[in-house]
Amino acid sequence: MTRVRFAQTPAEALGEVADGATVMIGGFGPAGQPAALVEALLAHDARDLVIISNNAGNGDDPLARLVRDGRVRKIVCSFPRQTDSWHFDDAYRAGRVELELVPQGNLAERIRAAGAGIGGFYTPTGFGTPLAAGKETRRIDGVDHVFELPLRADLALVRAHRADGVGNLVYRKTARNFGPIMAAAAARAVVQVDEVVPTGGLDPEAVVTPGIYVSAVVASASRERAPV
Amino acid sequence: MSPATAALTKRQLAARVAADIPRGAYVNLGIGLPTLVADLLPADADVTLHTENGMLGMGPAAAPGRADPDLVNAGKTPVTELPGASYFHQADSFAMMRGGHIDVCVLGAFEVSTRGDLANWSTGEPGAVPAVGGAMDLAVGARRTVVMMTLLTKDGRPKLVETCALPLTGVRCVSRIYTDLAVFDVGPTGARLVETFGTTAAELEDALGLRLRRAE
Repeated sequence: MTRVRFAQTPAEALGEVADGATVMIGGFGPAGQPAALVEALLAHDARDLVIISNNAGNGDDPLARLVRDGRVRKIVCSFPRQTDSWHFDDAYRAGRVELELVPQGNLAERIRAAGAGIGGFYTPTGFGTPLAAGKETRRIDGVDHVFELPLRADLALVRAHRADGVGNLVYRKTARNFGPIMAAAAARAVVQVDEVVPTGGLDPEAVVTPGIYVSAVVASASRERAPV
Repeated sequence: MSPATAALTKRQLAARVAADIPRGAYVNLGIGLPTLVADLLPADADVTLHTENGMLGMGPAAAPGRADPDLVNAGKTPVTELPGASYFHQADSFAMMRGGHIDVCVLGAFEVSTRGDLANWSTGEPGAVPAVGGAMDLAVGARRTVVMMTLLTKDGRPKLVETCALPLTGVRCVSRIYTDLAVFDVGPTGARLVETFGTTAAELEDALGLRLRRAE
């Protein structure tokens, strides 16, 4: 209901974050990671965070530093292990961070379900594997399914390419990944964009995330630019 | 049975997998060894590659210096787009899988059972940091899931087994296994030898400790 707010800085866009908050962070590795917003979260003092993100940080990127600095109580994630995920690896081995490992498609669909008001869904993914242990199952049309619950968040940090004046978003290539579903699944979606264009400056047919899902927008050029 | 006189190289194996992919198919290639298949599809294959991080119509790896950080494949390697490409979010990408729209998925494996169970995400070692990615969704979502792997581990243990010892990725999801030494069909009636490369059925049965049904 609240109209989108345009912030001058990532910190102002981020606003207040409570200790113990559940925060979705978009991106598939570095592609689509809202680095400026995660930096702002690092600079904020919120602790005991539950992070929902496909990965658990690469190298010394801001998500990796959140984990390193002990700010994350739990991470819900499909692929934490990377060649350069040393901060997560150390924290996990030392028992300093809890991991809920979720198959990537289930992660996406659980997030989508939350944003769409769906109370859960049955899927064949994971049936008979350790990741479905203890979960309700049901045979549908001769195929075994596992029941999965929605995943919602207090806050989603998303990177998009452009926003217009009402918060409509378009993305760029595979950086779209989790952005649209996370924006819908969080009480508050804060979006980092490369550029804000005037209302009317995006083709309505091409809008990917309608402004209704967006709480705040900040323009930030804090990413590597593609070669021309 | 094929008269091939030697085990296949990785490139020959990829070409063998590519040869079975139907013209016009929508295909997902897993990270690692299966990625090679893209380079060995015939020029007239008309195959559309899906990458689960949100793209159809994926092209070859980006040339050095031409990488776009917003355009990567499931292995997070910079790639390119072909004319007709499309982008979509994660839930749509996996709906495409789960909904039975992807014709073929080629995955790597640590172990496959003779009835088609797949283990390819966890070595089960204590202290290992787990990661699963899209493997479980891909294994059960594609219309046809095939595996591409070496038949033996580096220390000589068979990867085609009666029962998987490692944590499973999916149950009865694999239909064919392409290896450097042979091609097998697997399923409810066990393993059937389709083709051998530089070995014989008897030698394979010996190495695997399995009874194999033979192709006619």
